[in-house]
This record gives sequence, structure tokens and C-alpha cells, in this order.
Amino acid sequence: MLLRLARRFLVLLVSLAVASVLVFAFMQVLPGDPARVALGMNSSDEAVAQLREQFGLDRPLLVQYADWLGGVVTLDLGVEWVSKAPIAPQLVDRLAVTGWLVITAMVLALVIALPVGTWMAVRHRHADGVLLSAISQVGVAVPAFLAGIILITYFAKRWQWFPSGGWVPPAEDPVQFLLRLALPAISLALVQASMLARYVRSAVLEVLREDYLRTARAKGLRPMQALTRHGLRNAAVPIVTVLGLQLATLLIGAVVVERVFVIPGLGSFLLDSVAARELITVQTIVMVLVAAVLIINFLVDTVYLLIDPRLRVGHR
Amino acid sequence: MKSRTRVLAATLSATFLLTACNAGSSTDDPTDAGGVTDGGSGTAAPGGEDMVRIGLVAEPASLDFTTTDGAAIPQALLYNVYETLVKVDQSGEVVPALASEWTVSEDGLTYTFTLEEGVTFSNGETFTAEDVVSSFQAVQNDWTVSLKSQFDIIEKVEAPSDTEVVVTLAHPSNTFLYSLTTRVGAIFDSNSVEELATRPIGTGPYTFGEWNRGASISLQRNSDYWGEEPYFDQVVLAYFDDATALNNAMLTDGVDVVGTVQAPEALSEFESGDYEIIEGTTNGEVVLSFNNSTAPFNDLRVRQAARHAINHQALLDTCWDGRGELIGSMVPPTDPWFEDRTGDYPYDVEAAKDLLAEAGAEGVEVRLRIPTLPYAQSCGPVVESMLEEAGFAVTIDDLEFPAAWVEDVFTNADYEMSIVAHVEPRDLGNVFGNPDYYIRYGTPELRALLEEADAGTEEQQIAKMKEAAALVSQDAASDFLFLLPNLIVADPGITGLPQNAITESFDLSQLARE
Repeated sequence: MLLRLARRFLVLLVSLAVASVLVFAFMQVLPGDPARVALGMNSSDEAVAQLREQFGLDRPLLVQYADWLGGVVTLDLGVEWVSKAPIAPQLVDRLAVTGWLVITAMVLALVIALPVGTWMAVRHRHADGVLLSAISQVGVAVPAFLAGIILITYFAKRWQWFPSGGWVPPAEDPVQFLLRLALPAISLALVQASMLARYVRSAVLEVLREDYLRTARAKGLRPMQALTRHGLRNAAVPIVTVLGLQLATLLIGAVVVERVFVIPGLGSFLLDSVAARELITVQTIVMVLVAAVLIINFLVDTVYLLIDPRLRVGHR
Repeated sequence: MKSRTRVLAATLSATFLLTACNAGSSTDDPTDAGGVTDGGSGTAAPGGEDMVRIGLVAEPASLDFTTTDGAAIPQALLYNVYETLVKVDQSGEVVPALASEWTVSEDGLTYTFTLEEGVTFSNGETFTAEDVVSSFQAVQNDWTVSLKSQFDIIEKVEAPSDTEVVVTLAHPSNTFLYSLTTRVGAIFDSNSVEELATRPIGTGPYTFGEWNRGASISLQRNSDYWGEEPYFDQVVLAYFDDATALNNAMLTDGVDVVGTVQAPEALSEFESGDYEIIEGTTNGEVVLSFNNSTAPFNDLRVRQAARHAINHQALLDTCWDGRGELIGSMVPPTDPWFEDRTGDYPYDVEAAKDLLAEAGAEGVEVRLRIPTLPYAQSCGPVVESMLEEAGFAVTIDDLEFPAAWVEDVFTNADYEMSIVAHVEPRDLGNVFGNPDYYIRYGTPELRALLEEADAGTEEQQIAKMKEAAALVSQDAASDFLFLLPNLIVADPGITGLPQNAITESFDLSQLARE
């Protein structure tokens, strides 16, 4: 099992390295010169060339790449070209904001999806199960930003229960923090919960049809007992896979939802930096997102091994 | 339930690993992202101080306009934190600011400014003539943005006494005094220019508070201000990337003022009577620019055809809700040499078709390469359909603004037509007088007119500028779609908002609450 983990860890490292090359390469083909964006439209070519030199953009690409990678590894990313503000602390602060959003949305999604999905499976031949299933189908089709706009229209503009956007750190004012977290977290969570509930439903349905569950029933266990004791662990494997994927989707979805709700998180940082052509910042944020996805996948793989002893044995 | 719990716990702890370790970072760092976008609890801050929140789009990339271009920095800081010797008032007049009076020598080469006394910078330093000298010299020597070239004309700046500054020009120029009202005329404390990007220090009615990156900039009342102290203790400039989000904030009491309404359709949301809508003018000529150096627009007849093909009133009604003004040339109505030139090329599809036929250019293919800005995105398709009616074959090409548009259209002039608002004040000369500018016009005839205007008396300047504007229009160097309106939405009772956006500053000095 350790060998297996080690191998997967190696794959993770290689993937990260390849990703960093790709991200860096993509930045190079992005149109628009950062120095000209900073200096303005009428700037002379000499001034632009001088600033490019100051930014270090005149160095060979390999040197720029190595420099950036070194910065990422040592967490010393230097300062932004234009604003001269240090990048790393901003990144950390913005990541914390997005972290609150994503984790809250994930927890909300789980809290909704697990019971609802199981209920949908157990009651799949009854009207309530079918109805829930239909609702979840609709939920899957609504993108998070649209959910956000709808929530703002009703809960913020019409009824004025929540603010329409903005952000207050929890340490500053916990009540305002929660009020501002609610709508964006819900708009992210609704879609994920619908999707997750459908996976939970099919996973549980699958398990319900298994022979071992019938055997468990035959031993005299009640349906729910049989399901919780023998079924859920088996149903968990596909669900954990989906959870991993969803966490990645949530991170990406947060980029757009932050825009809708004016939240100064990683997403708005990314979009602002793209507009200003702060390439180091853009590269690093994209890399953080890629790394997050890859690491989540690695963790999901690891969690499989913990849940399912069958996977721990050597054969595939 | 045990196994499910364990699965959950494993997944969640994984997520926390990624993010939770960062949650406890400090919040008093000026670069901190976790700022308050809006107070959320009415307008009075705790402690009874009165504050006002103004929603704007496009946050500055830096606070240092000596090295960074862009309208957002002077919009926030000029006239509010930094002051100039002279400024432009709401009617477009040049009026005293840090200079109480000034005289110009007979030959138009020497400007003598008398400075206000008892003025201090927000760091306590006294404002003297030396600060003016060092600020002006810094523009010539240390500034990196292209605007610095406006001071190329200055031969020398001297300070005969603490309250007197003498500027000598290389040749007479009417634009010099006006340029002092813009950001190049801003006066910095000669002893503290190291932290321009993060801690601006000026003599203005407000002092710089703090900058919550990604959210807002706050300005505090300068209680040592030499002039009339502003009403509000604090003004928060809240930045929204998304215009809809800004409007939503206004509707939910997240801000007190929408500084610039981005799309006029949105005004319908504010017409309930609970809000005050202020409409004024700007310097933003929305130009349908032609590339005068390449086919087909190097042919006067094709340019004329395009101008005849546009129904300007219909266009304004369709894409900008009928708000704004038709101008016909590169001059806003607040400039002294404004003339209505909309009659030069009246809407006439038949004339357009004839001109195209004459030029042998029926069905000519042109790219309309427009930036991703609201007015361009909204008016681009209207322009496209009007031109197609007259026999052009138009392809719209959206370019990300600023980076991609600036590179392709502006720097490399790889385009046939574009749409962009030129918002700089008095920019006819910059835009059309320079043959290397992306419009590639700058004919000797126009350049001669511009030079005569700049060197002559005030009357000559007005007469020659009128001729220049007429030439640009008649020669169809570009088409002038309309002048952007300045649209402000405010809570009733807030007074002193700058109705006309005709300076680089969002002037907050007169702001008050009734």
C-alpha cells in the first residue's frame, strides 16, 4: 500500500511540474505587453523597453521560468510590477476568502445531498423520491452565477434580507461576515448539492441491488440497518470520487461567483491581474488552482485506499 | 454511520489543509484583501462620524500616476489628495487653486504664479515654491508615463521666493496652463516621493486613508486644510468590477452614490423617485476610428461613405438609450472652440453607396475591431448593420481591453475600423495631429493649424481650433458617434457631486449632505 501511495505521489509531482510549464507557456502567448499596459497608450517604445527590463521581461524565458518556479517553491514571489505590493501576502489573504466560500459551499452541499440523495434512492419508486429527483435535475442545469443573480434579485434587491455583495472578515464583524457569506455560498452549493445528490442516489441504488445486502436482510437486519452497516461504505467510493471533482469545480466556480458578489477572493484577484497583465500573479494563481485540483485528486486516491480494502491489494 | 463520518472527515480535513492555514493572516496590512466593501449599516460610521460611499468601476492598479497610466488614479486622488496650481471648474474654466493668481508675459513665454500661504502637506511639511519646482522637474526627469511629454515645453522652473514660481517656456503655448490642471500639474512634497505607490501625500482637502485591495480606497477629511474644509469625515471609494454589482449595491444601500453609470439602460432601475439622477457631459468623444494609412480608408470617398452611412441619432437611441450628445467632430461642448458639426455628413445611404461605387469599393471587407468596453460592445453591432446597408462587408472582432486592444489596434494599427471613447480633455491634437497615432492621420495642413492655435492669442487659438475641428470632420478622418454622457445616481440629499466629468478628477471637495 505504501508503494502504491509513493507511486501516486510521484505522479502528483510530475503532473505539477508539467502543469507549471504549461501555465508559464500560456502566459507567454497571451496578447498584450505588461509594460505598455502600465505606461499607457502613448508611451514611447524606449520607455516600454526600459520598463520591460525593470520587470525582467527581457531575460531568456528559461531564466524567467526558473525564477518564477523558485519563487513559488520558496513562497517568495516578489512584488507586483505595477502596484509594488508584495504578491504572496495578497495571495494568502485572497485564498483565505475563497477558502471560506468553497468550504462553506462544500459543507452545505454535503449536508443537503447526503440525506436527500439517500432518500431519493430508498424512495425511488414513490412520488416524493421522483419529485426530488426531478428537482435535482433542474438544479444540475443551473450554473452557479445564474443562481447567484437570481438570489440577489430576490433576497437582496426585492426583500432586502441580505446585502447584495461585498465582504467583511469574520474577525471584524461575525454577523456581517455570515450575512455576506450566505448568498454566494448558497449559489455555489445549490448546483453542487443537486449534482451530488444524484450521485448519492445512484450509488445507493446500486448498493441496494447487491446480493450482500439481500443476505444482510435475510440475516434479519432492517432495511436501514442493512444499508448503514453494509451498504454505505460501498456506496462511498464513487461518492468520494465525485466529491473530489466537485471541490475542483467549486474552486473554479468561485472565480465567477466572486465577480457577481464583489468578493475580494482568489477569483477577482485573478481577473484583475489578467486585466493588468501582472503575469507573475496570474501564473501563480492559476498554478495554485491547478495544484489544488491535482492535490485533491491525490487525496481522493488516498481516501479510496482507506475506504476500500480491496483496492489496497496489488492487482488492478 | 461510522464509516460515512470517517469519509466526510477525511475529505473535509483535506480541504482545510489547503486553506485553513491561511485564514489567520493579519488584516491591518494596506494590501489586505479582506476589506469592507460597504459599511452595511447605514451611512453613519460608529462614533457618529458622517461618511459617504461612492461606487466606481475599475480600481486603480497602483496609486502612483507618475509611473502608471490609467484614469482611475487621478480620478481618486487629483484635486482630492493632490492639488494643482490651477484647476478646471465645472464650466470648463481654468480657476485658481494652489496659485492664487498668475501672470503671463507679453511674449507668452514666462508664467509667474503667486502661491497660497499657510498651506501644509498631510505629513506636516510646509508647501513652498520649492515643492512646485521639484514636482515639475520630476515630471521631466522621473516620470515614466507618456503624459510627461506635456512638460517638454518647459525651459526652466525657478523659485525667486517661497511664494513665487516662474516658469519659462521654450515657445508660447496655450495648452501649457491647461496641462497644469491635469495630473502632470500635481504638487508633491519634495521630501516624500518614495512611497507614491502606497501612501500619497498632498495638500488637498482629503488625506489618504487606506486602500483595501480589490475593494475600496478611503479618504479622510484634512482638518488642516488651507481652504474650506470638506463636509464628510470620510469618503469611501468602493470599486466594482461589474457594473450590475455596482447598481445592485446602490439598490441595497451598499453605496450612497454611483459615480459613473456604465450602461444607461440601468437607469430605469433608479427612476422610482427614491434616487437622484444627475446627467452632465464629459470629454469622452466616442470615435468610430478609421485607419487612414491603409485600404480602404486611405481613400477619402470610402471614409465619406462611412460617415454618410451612420444615422447618429438612431444609433444613440439604440445603443446608448438616447443619452449623450451628437458632436460631429472631436470637440465637446464645454470647450471654447465647440461648433456643432453634425451637418457635415448627414445620414444618407444613397450618397454613401454612390461614394463607395465611385471608389470602386462596393462590398469592401473591413474589420471593426472593438474593445470589450460597454459602449463599444453595445454600439458595435449597430454600426455594423448601418455600414452593411451602405455596402460595406463588416466583420466585428472583439478585443480584450486594455491589453489586447492596445497591442493590436493602438500600437500596431492592425485594423480598419474601431470604436473607442477618447476621454482625455482637449485631445483633438493628440488624436488627429500625430501621423503615428493609431488613426494615422496628422496631415501637414492640420498640424499647421494646431501649431498656430497653440502659439497664438486666446482668440486666435479659438479660431484656429475651430478650423482644425472643421478640417478633421470634413476630411472624414474618423466618424464621431456621440459624446458620452456623465450619469450619476445618488441618494437624495447628497450635494456637490461633479455633474460634468470634464477633468481627470472625481472632485469630492464640494461634497455635502443636506
